[in-house]
Formats: sequence, C-alpha cells, structure tokens
Amino acid sequence: MATTDKEVNELIKREYEHGFVTEIEAETFEPGLNEDVIARLSAIKNEPKWMLEWRLKAYRRWLEMDEPDWAHVGYPKIDYNSISYYSAPKRKEDMPQSLDEVDPELLKTYEKLGIPLHEREKLAGVAVDAVFDSVSVATTFKEPLAKAGVIFCSISEAIRDYPELVQKYLGSVVPAGDNFFAGLNSAVFSDGTFVYVPKGVRCPMELSTYFRINAANTGQFERTLIVADEGSYVSYLEGCTAPMRDENQLHAAVVELVALDDAQIKYSTVQNWYPGDENGKGGIYNFVTKRGACIGKNSKISWTQVETGSAVTWKYPSCVLRGENSVGEFYSVALTHNYQQADTGTKMIHMGKNTRSTIISKGISAGKSSNAYRGLVKFGPGAEGARNFTQCDSLLIGDRCGAHTFPYIESKNKSAIVEHEATTSKVSDEQMFLCRQRGIDPEQAVSMIVNGFCKEVFKELPMEFAVEAGKLLEVSLEGSVG
Amino acid sequence: MLSIKNLHASVEGKEILKGINLDVKAGEVHAIMGPNGSGKSTLSQVLAGNEAFDVTDGSITLNGENLLELETEERAREGIFLAFQYPVEIPGVSNLQFLRTAVNAMRTHKGEEEMNAAEFMKLAKEVSKQVDLDPSFLKRGVNEGFSGGEKKRNEIMQALLLQPQLAILDETDSGLDIDALKVVSDGVNALRSDDRAILMVTHYQRLLNHIVPDYVHVLAGGKIIKSGGRELALELEEKGYGWLGIKDEDAATDAAN
Repeated sequence: MATTDKEVNELIKREYEHGFVTEIEAETFEPGLNEDVIARLSAIKNEPKWMLEWRLKAYRRWLEMDEPDWAHVGYPKIDYNSISYYSAPKRKEDMPQSLDEVDPELLKTYEKLGIPLHEREKLAGVAVDAVFDSVSVATTFKEPLAKAGVIFCSISEAIRDYPELVQKYLGSVVPAGDNFFAGLNSAVFSDGTFVYVPKGVRCPMELSTYFRINAANTGQFERTLIVADEGSYVSYLEGCTAPMRDENQLHAAVVELVALDDAQIKYSTVQNWYPGDENGKGGIYNFVTKRGACIGKNSKISWTQVETGSAVTWKYPSCVLRGENSVGEFYSVALTHNYQQADTGTKMIHMGKNTRSTIISKGISAGKSSNAYRGLVKFGPGAEGARNFTQCDSLLIGDRCGAHTFPYIESKNKSAIVEHEATTSKVSDEQMFLCRQRGIDPEQAVSMIVNGFCKEVFKELPMEFAVEAGKLLEVSLEGSVG
Repeated sequence: MLSIKNLHASVEGKEILKGINLDVKAGEVHAIMGPNGSGKSTLSQVLAGNEAFDVTDGSITLNGENLLELETEERAREGIFLAFQYPVEIPGVSNLQFLRTAVNAMRTHKGEEEMNAAEFMKLAKEVSKQVDLDPSFLKRGVNEGFSGGEKKRNEIMQALLLQPQLAILDETDSGLDIDALKVVSDGVNALRSDDRAILMVTHYQRLLNHIVPDYVHVLAGGKIIKSGGRELALELEEKGYGWLGIKDEDAATDAAN
C-alpha cells in the first residue's frame, strides 16, 4: 500500500474532453480597454444610453480599484490591456430569429458538448441559453416559458426589451464598486442570461445557460440576473467549458439573484473550464462574483456548485438574508488536481430575524493542487434567532497537495447560533486496500470513495446534473492510480 | 490449493516473517495461533497482497499460480478473501454499492454477467440475514458507525457473497461477545465446503470451539514452530504459550497492528 500515493497520482492524469476549437468567422475587438471600447461595445449591442452611462461609471470606479491579493492563490499579473473585450461569431442579420438561422457550426459545437439546441433534439424539460464567447447565440423553449409568463432571454435582449426590470435590479445585489472583478464585469459585460419569474409562478422547466469560451485572447464577462417574484420558484443550471490553450484566459462573471417574499431560487453550477495541462500551463482564471439577496420574507436561495475546472478559481456564491425567516444554502464540491488552485466558499450575511443558513463544502485536492475553503458567516444586529450550520470537509489524494480552511464568523447579535464542523481526511491506504482486496480496480475504488465523500452535495443537484457531476469527477480522477 | 514455501517478509526493512512453510488443501480449515507480535497478521496481509510488506524470499502459490506476481485485486479475483481485523470505514459509499461493485468485479473476471441492482439487493438481503445483520445495514456507509461486532459480521457477509476459494480470517473473534461469536462462527461454518479452504488467525482458542479446525499451527518469531490437530489448541489453552518456550511479548513487533 505504500505505493498508493504514486498510484493515485497516476490516476489524476486525464484528458480534458471539451478542449476543441470551433473554426468560425468572428468579429473580435483589438485587445485593450478604455472608454471608447466600452462605447463601441454598447453601440454594437444597441444599448440605451442609461446602460452606457452605467458601464462608464463602473469603469471609472474600477480604474481606482486594486486587484484583490488576499486569496490563497498565485498567478502572474494580468495585463488588462492585452485582453480583447468582445468576440462574437459573425452573422448576417442582427439576431437570429429562430434556431434555423443559427450558424450550423455553432449548433455542431453545442451538440459536441452534449447540449443539442435544435428543435428536434433539444433536452427534454430543460431550456437552454447558449452563450458563445461574448454573445448569446440561441435560447430554447422560449414560447412555452412565455406562456407561463417566465422571461428567459439573453441579458442584451432584456436590456432592450425589459429596461424597467433590468434597471431596477441590475447591480442591486452586486454593485459595480463591490470588488475589482465585479467592477470590471460591470464595465464590459457582453452577454449573459436574464430570468424573471412572475408572482406565484412555478417555472415549468429547468432553465440553464451553457457558457462556451472559444476565441483566443478574449475574456468572457457574462452577467446573469435572476429575479423571482413573490411566491415563485425557479431552478437554474449553468455549465461551462473552453478549448485547451497554452495562454491563460480570464473569465470574470457576475451573477445576481433576487428572491422576493416566499420565492425560491435554486442555482446549480457544473464548472468545467479548461484547467490547464499537467504542468500547469494554460487554463481559465475563473474570478466570479455570485450573490443572491433574499429580500422577501420566507424566501430561499440555494447555491450548489461542482467545480472541477479552471486553473485558478476565486468564487464565493453568497446569500444576503434580509427577509424574515429567509434561508440561504451553499453546497459545494471543489476538486483540484495537477497545478489547479481554488479559493472558494461562501458568505452568509444574516440581517433579518430567524434567518437560517447551511453550508456544506467538500474540497478534494489531488496532484500538486491547492484547495481552500473561505467562508464568512455574519450576523447583523437585527438577526434575532438566526442560525448557521457549516460543515467543511477536505479530502486529500496523494501527499503533494494542500487543503486549507479559512472560516470567518462575525456576530453582532447574541441570540444567533452558529455551528461549525470541519474534517480533513485522506483517501487512505487502508480504504484502497479494502476495496482492492474485494476485487475492485484501484481507479474505480478512488472514484467510489470520492463520490461517497461528495454524496451530501450531489443529492442537491437536479437529477441529470448529479449523474453528470459524478461522471465528471470520474473523468477528473482518471489515471490517478496506476 | 495454497502452498507457502520459505516465506520471508519485512516491513520498513524489519523482518517479520522468517521462513514460513504451509500447505493448505481444498476443504481444510487451518488455525494459525500465536502470541501478539508473532507475525500472524503480517502473514494474512502478505497473502492478500498488502504492498506495505516486502516479500524478500520464498514463494506463495494458489492452485499452482504464483501469487506474488499478482496485484491485490487480481489475487482477490482468483479467490483470496481477507476478513479484516479492523475493517476500515468508507463514508458516503453505501454497503450495497460497495458489495455490488465487488461482486460484479468478480463476475466480470469469471466472464459472467453483472448483477443488476434489483437482483443484487435480493441476494444481499438473504445473506445479511445469515449473519443476523438487519438489511438496513446495506444502505449505510461501508462500516460507517458500525459497532465492532457489526463490522465483523459485515466481513463474514462479504465472504458469503463473494464465495472465495481461500478465506483468511484475521482475528475475527476479537472484540466479540459470546452471542456475536456464535453468529460469526455460524457464518464461517456455512462457508465450509469441499472446494474451499479457510485460514483462521487467532490469539485465543475459544473461536475454535465453534469452528473446529483440521489443523492447528503455532506461529512465533516469524516461524511456525509447531503443528498439530485440534488437540494442540486445547493444550495451548491449558498451558499457555510459555509451554512452548515462548513469551507473549518476545517475538518481533507485529507491524500490522
């Protein structure tokens, strides 16, 4: 069993499945960022004047901000003028009116990724918004959703078609001045998804966005805004992949969720951006701000994330619990291997009475990777009777990786209760020996042990995603035993 | 069936087994007895292929096949089963899933079709009754929160499901009360058959009242110093290991513990 570490390290070697590049004619901005670039971006998208002003204000603010350096990650300084801020496949008309008009190359791309967009083959029961580099290329199931009163469209369309809703909520949860990457995103976001679920409506199907980075030297800056009106319910999923390239690429998204009285939003992510090669070359920098505001009483926001990709991840899906009795949840599996670095966790900000939050975080580190959980649980003076339960478990595979836990607790209310549990364990030689002694292949054994470790989180994912996530972990760990 | 010749094994450079010779035929039940630190557990671990131990000399064959060339999982598929002294927990992996994966690994190896979840559930429920484990244990994590006795019964259940050629029971009686000992022994006796051999490793004689061995061997200082029939165990119980000129603690440290 002394060789298990070596075996396990073998197992972590794997091929990235989604690393292909789509050859498509694109309109791409020259690298560089200034007010003219933002004006051009806004003009291309036919945005109203207020939007351009919003962007410029964010940009000026951003210029005065510093890139955060407190995360437990290291990467060379990013030159923000060497990035192109817009790249979109060329098309004849302004917007494709139906899927038939979408470039077949794009449809093929999504098919290859397992996300068929075409009418005949589209995923049953799941509506998809497909975002390719800087633009949304297609949105499925628009009609049945419209019948239910649900708005599901690209954020660019929403800015044009539903300006009141967008103006009311955009930046209300994550203001432009919130942090460096959110500021950058507010200035240059190019597309993303908008969802509005009206009062009392239970969204009839799962909504999802599939993000694909294709062009080289571009950043992807998407913006997602989901508003669940009183008594409504929506479950939303996002998936992400990118080609294999030697250069790092920046992905700085902002996601804002708003839940009014008695509304529920369930937001699930399977993040599989290109993680870089086994020597740590290339990969996506995933610097993302995700936050939900439970502004109504009895509202609930639940984040579930499975993070297996990206070279560097900096991400803290959070909940601001303002409404009385509102509930925030965070379920996370973060797997790092080779030279991947992840600093991820959540913030649960309890403001209202009897607000409750649950944090279950499972970090798996393999190879030479570094995996940190960073979480803040904060109780404001008004958080009478509020409660939090946090459980952070780390699993180490091999002996060259690192796991770190940085929990922060701030309480300004004496009646608030917080419970914190943390464990660190290894896929032990004894566990491997038991499995192998029963005739089970070492690779299958590691994958079984890791899946068992993540079970509490996987059961929160929608069915199709849970299977997908299990498989993804299997692929991610392939070759870690030999 | 099993033939061990001049087996030497060490852990971290320290020699524990110093020339073991043993032949076990199909249908036989052998008991390996000995004081703490005599190398009993090391012998079971080495047979199962635990890579923490280095075999420095000698040979082990199973039905003429060189076991030392096979990986742990390959030995298992050839029919070597080890019931662990301290079964480890695998949190979140259900017993049912674990057992079905194991059974299907064996079946695939034999060229048989894999069992589906429903078929396996039926079989596992029957077998769990045989060792007096409530079927609810099948849904729990592997050994997760099991008591000592439940872990041992779980091990025997696995042997009954996997139907090995050679079952090695490492201190299966340790930590069991008299009722649990009876259940476990009944399970082991149900395993006895003409085409299967059982190797019991134990410190105490009492297990042998329930599972009557054909042969008893005394292991001390990494060697078998005496072999005999059932009566040898009784003699040991009466006179202690001192009678054979060995003290309980004088042997090499048993690194497996």
